[in-house]
Amino acid sequence: MQMIFFILAGVALVSGGLVVFQRHPLRSALWLIVNFFAVAGIYLLAHAEFIAAIQVIVYAGAIMVLFLFVIMLLNLRQPEEELRFLHLGQKVGGITLAVFTGLLMVYTITQVVLPPGKEAPPGLGNTESIAKLLFTDYLLPFEVTSVLLLVAIVGAVVLAKTKLK
Amino acid sequence: MVVPVSYYLALSIALFALGVIGVLVRRNVLVIMMCIEMMLNAVNLAFIGFADYFKAVDGQMFVFFVMTVAAAEVAVGLALIVAIFRNRATVYVDELNILKW
Repeated sequence: MQMIFFILAGVALVSGGLVVFQRHPLRSALWLIVNFFAVAGIYLLAHAEFIAAIQVIVYAGAIMVLFLFVIMLLNLRQPEEELRFLHLGQKVGGITLAVFTGLLMVYTITQVVLPPGKEAPPGLGNTESIAKLLFTDYLLPFEVTSVLLLVAIVGAVVLAKTKLK
Repeated sequence: MVVPVSYYLALSIALFALGVIGVLVRRNVLVIMMCIEMMLNAVNLAFIGFADYFKAVDGQMFVFFVMTVAAAEVAVGLALIVAIFRNRATVYVDELNILKW
């Protein structure tokens, strides 16, 4: 169990690093798909089967297809220029800042004392319990989500129109 | 052999920091959006880790909503990128300096 976790975590970290440091955006997108699959595997380990399936369908499927579509639509032949000396300081500063952010999060989380974990309650499976919660306690957020998606559709269509009157 | 919650949190922090590096370092706005997706994914991982730890499904509900927001964000964001590319013929953020006078 832990062995599988370590393997998947390694895959996720390596592919995540390759997303950041590949020069061509197309390769970044393909590595990001690998990253999403690894994280979906970790969701499976954490007994979140429904979320793992959604991760593969929505993230690795729909969102990445959208990304690849736009990358190919824009047809960026030349990769990002390798060195822009003006930005070298920014690069070092950015990495330092990110590492500092990570350390700050590590410090904050180590300060928290967690209550002991619980035993799994018997009964419903993962998808059933999600469905039950979704249509009782979280009904209003669920409906608001549908409005959000509608707004996103309208926004994308308006932005994609060639002429704005 | 259960995976402890601290492992999930450590991986989540590492992925989030990688996403922050990408957002701060890269110039290509498409790659920046991909790194934002990676950061959202890292937060989802923390949610899932805690949901497994407390044996509560509420964390997974939040992941569900985060994914919806991410999908909406990508749809609108990529439409914006295409619109900007049509006007300026560039996707590099250091060349999109029209607000900087």
